[in-house]
Amino acid sequence: MSSELRYTANTQLEHLHARYTGTGHADLTKYEWLTHQHRDTLASIVGHPTLNSYLAIAENESIGRIKFEMTERMLQPCGPPPPKDED
Amino acid sequence: MHLYNLTLQAPTAITQAIVGNFSGARQQEIIVSHGTRLELLRPDPQTGKVATVIASDVFGSIRSLAAFRLTGGTKDYAIVGSDSGRIVILDYDPKTSSFVKLHQETYGKSGARRIVPGQYLAVDPKGRSVMIAAMEKAKLVYILNRDAAANLTISSPLEAHKNAAIIHHIVGLDVGFENPTFAALEVDYSESDQDPSGEAFNNAEKLLTYYELDLGLNHVVRKWSAATDPRANLLVQVPGGQVAASDRYDGPSGVLVCCEDHIIYRHMDAPQHRVPIPRRRHPLEDPDRGLIIVSAVMHKMKGAFFFLLQSEEGDLYKVTIEHEEEEVKAVKIKYFDTVPVASSLCILKSGFLFVASEFGNHYLYQFQKLGDDDDEPEFSSTSYPAFGMEEPALPLPRAYFKPRGLENLALADELESLDPILDAKVMNLLPNSDTPQFFTACGRGSRSSFRMLRHGLEVEEVVSSDLPGIPNAVWTTKVKEDDAFDSYIILSFVNGTLVLSIGETIEEVQDTGFLSSAPTLAVQQIGEDALLQVHPQGIRHVLSDRRVNEWRAPPGKSIVTATTNKRQVVVALSSAELVYFELDLEGQLNEFQDRKAMGSTVLALSVGEVPEGRQRMPFLAVGCEDQTVRIISLDPESTLETISLQALTAPPSSICIADILDASINKSHPTTFVNIGLQNGVLLRTVLDPNTGQLTDTRTRFLGTRPIRLLRIQTQRNPAILALSSRSWLNYTHQNLMHFTPLILDTLDYAWSFSAELCPEGLIGIAGSTLRIFQIPKLGQKLKQDSMPLSYTPRKFIPHPANRYFYLIEGDHRTYSDEVAAQKLDELRSKGKMIDDEVINLPPEVFGRIKAPAGQWASNIRIIDPVDYKTVNVISLDNNECAFSLAVVPFAARGGELHLVVGTAQETYLSPRSCKSGFLRTYRFTEDGAGLELLHKTETDDVPLAVMPFQGRLVAGVGKALRIYDIGKKKLLRKVENKSFGSVIVNLNTQGSRILVGDMQESVYFAVYKAPENRLLIFADDAQPRWVTAVCMVDYTTVAAGDRFGNVFVNRLDMKVSEQVDDDPTGAGILHEKGLLMGAPHKTKMLCHFHVGDLVTSIQKVALVAGGREVLVYTGLHGTVGMLVPFVSKEDVDFIATLEQHVRSEQPSAVGRDQLAWRGYYVPVKAVVDGDLCETYARLPAGKQSAIAGELDRTVGEVLKKLEQLRVTASGF
Repeated sequence: MSSELRYTANTQLEHLHARYTGTGHADLTKYEWLTHQHRDTLASIVGHPTLNSYLAIAENESIGRIKFEMTERMLQPCGPPPPKDED
Repeated sequence: MHLYNLTLQAPTAITQAIVGNFSGARQQEIIVSHGTRLELLRPDPQTGKVATVIASDVFGSIRSLAAFRLTGGTKDYAIVGSDSGRIVILDYDPKTSSFVKLHQETYGKSGARRIVPGQYLAVDPKGRSVMIAAMEKAKLVYILNRDAAANLTISSPLEAHKNAAIIHHIVGLDVGFENPTFAALEVDYSESDQDPSGEAFNNAEKLLTYYELDLGLNHVVRKWSAATDPRANLLVQVPGGQVAASDRYDGPSGVLVCCEDHIIYRHMDAPQHRVPIPRRRHPLEDPDRGLIIVSAVMHKMKGAFFFLLQSEEGDLYKVTIEHEEEEVKAVKIKYFDTVPVASSLCILKSGFLFVASEFGNHYLYQFQKLGDDDDEPEFSSTSYPAFGMEEPALPLPRAYFKPRGLENLALADELESLDPILDAKVMNLLPNSDTPQFFTACGRGSRSSFRMLRHGLEVEEVVSSDLPGIPNAVWTTKVKEDDAFDSYIILSFVNGTLVLSIGETIEEVQDTGFLSSAPTLAVQQIGEDALLQVHPQGIRHVLSDRRVNEWRAPPGKSIVTATTNKRQVVVALSSAELVYFELDLEGQLNEFQDRKAMGSTVLALSVGEVPEGRQRMPFLAVGCEDQTVRIISLDPESTLETISLQALTAPPSSICIADILDASINKSHPTTFVNIGLQNGVLLRTVLDPNTGQLTDTRTRFLGTRPIRLLRIQTQRNPAILALSSRSWLNYTHQNLMHFTPLILDTLDYAWSFSAELCPEGLIGIAGSTLRIFQIPKLGQKLKQDSMPLSYTPRKFIPHPANRYFYLIEGDHRTYSDEVAAQKLDELRSKGKMIDDEVINLPPEVFGRIKAPAGQWASNIRIIDPVDYKTVNVISLDNNECAFSLAVVPFAARGGELHLVVGTAQETYLSPRSCKSGFLRTYRFTEDGAGLELLHKTETDDVPLAVMPFQGRLVAGVGKALRIYDIGKKKLLRKVENKSFGSVIVNLNTQGSRILVGDMQESVYFAVYKAPENRLLIFADDAQPRWVTAVCMVDYTTVAAGDRFGNVFVNRLDMKVSEQVDDDPTGAGILHEKGLLMGAPHKTKMLCHFHVGDLVTSIQKVALVAGGREVLVYTGLHGTVGMLVPFVSKEDVDFIATLEQHVRSEQPSAVGRDQLAWRGYYVPVKAVVDGDLCETYARLPAGKQSAIAGELDRTVGEVLKKLEQLRVTASGF
């Protein structure tokens, strides 16, 4: 692969990552991956009316409350990120 | 295996509702989304009743709806955001009564994804643009406009994306005719994702951002952004903009930001106003728990506006804003009324409030007043320092109100909804019923109910009175052609006739001109103002001046049967001759010169109504004893000539010709149907060709065990046919399609339509010696519901094998049971706290129960008599236990005595799943099952979510472990255990020594119990992980199950494996076999897969028709009842699958979702045909219908017949 091609492939990839939030890459950490997974799941729950009802019945809360709590949880579904190694 | 999926009852949950003038007429309508279905409702402002205009499946999941109207327009359009990755604008076309897709713009992938818009919709109040947003980042703005021909146009999308922003809500700002602006509630997560200390997370700001669409530059700019309360969840539009004619402002513009415990008025460059959300003053309230607003509606009246906000408890608050021009002076909030918690609220201009409940029935309320001059405490932002914003981070002092019954609203109508169905059983428990009933446990919390559904139309009895003898027929008649209501009831007895007049009271009259000394064969209001009576000896034509013209039957002969309409009379004589009379222009009844000899005794006659604008009905149907029906011409050119003949399988008992609209055959004109009832209870329905008189397209149906009697009646001013056999059936048109539904009514001997002032669309019938007047209030509703209330959310129920009782467990999380609540109140009282009894004694079915902290449960075991819908006994569980499973177990160790075992758990937490202790409670039945006596409780280490009887012992799924217990003196004794299941056992089924174990996440395991070695072994599982919710063992090797994401599937075990496992006596072979794919040594094979779109809560193999084939009946959480019918032959599969393929290409989804992709949402559809799609064939335009039929080498009639046959033979619906 010529260096030029590699360069364009990279910019394309960057472009894709910027465009499609949640797309993985080679250097993805476990925390990032998990956070994406959780956010996708939470968004999917809010987006499916039957799952909203299901959770609302189990928790005995209103559907509005379930949607709100799920959306709130999307902010940080898996706790704070692990501390970065200094080196 | 090939299955045909058919929905018997569409989902009834409403996920969103919008109001508007969708048909363009004056009247406002409501469009509701049932998740996968759109329905247009029309509330009648006079009667306050809600009627369904149309309902159509969209084959996609509707996530958001919005109504908009172009400036200066009179008609509203609906915008739909769905999981199709497309924005769709729908127009309701009243002419064709359908939703027409005006625009469909693709913007992203399909599916309910995080960054694909569709979750939120906001429209500019002037209808100039729309914003569609995703859960995160993506927001697209479309400009709506008109072209030169006044057609709606839509622009290409403009992006208003913000990376790493979670969107909580969006709303269109009311800015008058300035540039359209949208407000969004967003949280940025990029910083908290990077900060390991968690500080950034704690300081994450929720931003209220304005996005302005610059119409001149054609792009979107972020105009303003400001932090607001971090617990904000909802935005509400506040009116604004200038009134066109004057300089006055409609309102201050801006938004109401609904937060936990507070409402904030917010606008760019304007001071904020904050008011608390008033709370109920309940002694047991959890002070740490916030209160949020879950639904809101704004209503504009002349020069004023107000908001109704609903809290998660169901309390409605009225919020008003005092303003001078654009400046807000005060925001005020006060308690309005309490209604069920709504997913959407709609205010209609005619003074109604539509409450689409999130669970349970939906309601239409009428406003009595607007809560203006009552003494309800009002909380104003002016009573707090800096309008409540002095310390924005600190809460305002709590405000309280006292809930009370409805004062401002009055209930106008109720729409029944099964949502949510949590468990269901299909059984035939009613005496005298040949079809099974659906028993469903529905609802949530204190509004739960146990319902019995029966196939049939509900009948409302108006009058029932005993008669002196047993009449054999009844008629009603008007006196004049243009009378609005009937004047006489005529009853025919064996030896006489009785005439009753309908007035204030119903009483006998003598001087009507009718012959009272003989039985009557037919009664007709004929000509303009004359009456006609046919009796065995002749015909009496009673003129308006009471003169009687009589025609006498020839000596030695009598009239055996007769048929009449407004201008024609045909009688059959005992000599098998037909005599034909026609009314001339002077109103004289003239006999046709010839008589027609039929050669066989005439059993039934029918002439249809005179077609509008015509002199006569040109066809007569004659049924003879020789098992034929002949169509005879009554045309003057060929009077009494036989045109066509149809052979029957039994002698006819009744014939009825009626013109009924059926859009599947003819969209615009009614079709003439000849219905032939046979003496063996079979009904033939054929179509009469209006030109040639030939009979085509015969459909048969078994109605009951008695000879059929057919009667022409009116329903909703349309002709319909009532068919009486051992059951009564109604054949009528509803939403332009023909329906054939039984009436839920005792057997009738005869019936006729009945119209009086108090009962304009009634029916009158005789059953033995009783005369009954009744009406059919809900046409189109195929399942009649009878319900009884429950205390808490039902979980499961089971029938007792011997007696007819049901045992139902119910339980609610975060709820104090009545005993615990009373105990806590006593504690408070003993501490000297004043307690307001009124608040405590509010009926929970209206106001709900006070929310307790997590881990607090209330639960009951309820014994139900399902036939009389009554609770026989309630055993409430103490010890903060909640029941999760139950089974009736015949313990072999006690000589097969039946015991009820209930799996409970104490202090359960759902997330993460834990409990203090699980219990298996063993009860003995007392009083023939009407009572329970607790024998003992057995502790378990986890929640027992599934229990089942197994070979005279009990098998229980306790967390991951499957155990077999036997009964002991003080406890159940654990005999064997297998702990290698994937996550949590939720379901158990058995046959022989095989146990099917449904796992919460890991699909269905096949396990076997080997008694000689006392081993429980898993020998097969599924290759796919599945979140199983309901399982049904179809046969020894086959399992049908539903999962949490709305799929149903059928798995089968290889026969060889099955035999091999059974042949291994000790199970040593299985024990030492190598696992496959990190699981059991064998895998089941998936045979069928289908996405039904609703979370399946029960599946059962049952026959729905007496003597019919067994089908899989399933229920869905949102109120769906559906079935999967196995195909009998390969030809059927090929035919229907090809039909489905054609219909799919002709009938694109209303939300732009690809039907095949929808039905294969998670896994591609396998071996299941979508019957709901196939049945839309009936609604296709005639050209497309015949094109598809041509492709299939059939006629349109044959295709429709096949579809009907599939439905009827499997379900009887």
